[in-house]
Amino acid sequence: MNTFFLYTSLYLCFLMLFSLYRAMFGPTVLDRLIGVNAIGSKTVILLLLIGFIYERVDMFIDIALAYAFLNFITVVAASRYFHKRKGLYEESTLK
Amino acid sequence: MNFFVLLFLIIGLVFFTGGAVGIIRMPDFYSRLHPAGKLDTLGILAMVLGFALFNLKTFSISELLLSIKMLLIVFFVFLSSPTATHSIVDAGIRAGLRHWTKEDKR
Amino acid sequence: MTISEKKEFKNKSSGKPFKSILSFSLTFILMFGLWVILSGNFEPLLIFLGLFSSFLCAFFFKDLLFSDPDSDFLLIMFRFFKYIPWLIFEIIKANFHLLYLVFHPRMKDMIDPHVVVIKTGLKKEMSIVTMANSITLTPGTITINADREGVFKVHSIDKESAEALPGTMLKKTARIFGEDK
Repeated sequence: MNTFFLYTSLYLCFLMLFSLYRAMFGPTVLDRLIGVNAIGSKTVILLLLIGFIYERVDMFIDIALAYAFLNFITVVAASRYFHKRKGLYEESTLK
Repeated sequence: MNFFVLLFLIIGLVFFTGGAVGIIRMPDFYSRLHPAGKLDTLGILAMVLGFALFNLKTFSISELLLSIKMLLIVFFVFLSSPTATHSIVDAGIRAGLRHWTKEDKR
Repeated sequence: MTISEKKEFKNKSSGKPFKSILSFSLTFILMFGLWVILSGNFEPLLIFLGLFSSFLCAFFFKDLLFSDPDSDFLLIMFRFFKYIPWLIFEIIKANFHLLYLVFHPRMKDMIDPHVVVIKTGLKKEMSIVTMANSITLTPGTITINADREGVFKVHSIDKESAEALPGTMLKKTARIFGEDK
């Protein structure tokens, strides 16, 4: 079971690369925000997996819970910041 | 028991893969939100259910509390993910982004 | 919220002692349950600290979470918990549709994003929030905007998921909060 957890976490890290592509090359700022949100939701699972691998779930689950809160707050705060900026996306409005 | 854990984990991984591929493939930002916000939510639900089952192997009070804590993560994600999605959509609408239609396809 | 609304709100929440006590005890029970789950220790000192701090929280913030508990509050909670399994089943069913769309090689022919406007008759705040979050959680549709009259603007990814929209979910949500006439 332990090796299965190890390979699962490796696969999740591989999936993070896709989201990282969107976070780096996304045409608008909001695309980057989507990428960051997707990476964060995978990180919650990754933290739980690390807890199972090292057999310290009771410690890592608190970190995972805090990370879920932090991810949510980051996304809401960043999207509020880009709220009233008309014209910032002019070059990217798809034709 | 282990079979169900494996089943849940693999279902979750399939949903996560769908979310990651969808973020890459979809044509514009509104339609990218569909896989990003929701396939990931269901992936977290399936994988955390698998972890909670795996954690309950030897039954005791402290492990039961740990499993309940994991379900608390799921509960919180189910509350917060629509809110985050809605706030991103709202920012896009206020910035005046047009959404992709069939005519935009070359 | 304007000043007059705030005054009205204050009168409403502090007018009847029974409602105030009910919201206080509900907040207290919720906070203490959360403390027990998060701490996981059953030493007498920690339990006492939890009781004390959740008492303080419930005393100061009792009108935030359950601002105006109705007489049929428990009934609404019960119907809400009955609604959740149906919602999860619906989410799973629709997620497989989205998964099929994502992995389809000719995806750009199949999707057809457009914005639809739905008129619902919902009036209460909680029912509008529940409806909007349920629409967003069901894949294929995202709520863009919702106002107090119950008019929803929804971005949907193809024709199929837009057509299935108001239907059963609206009926169930209205039944939870007692708004079907």
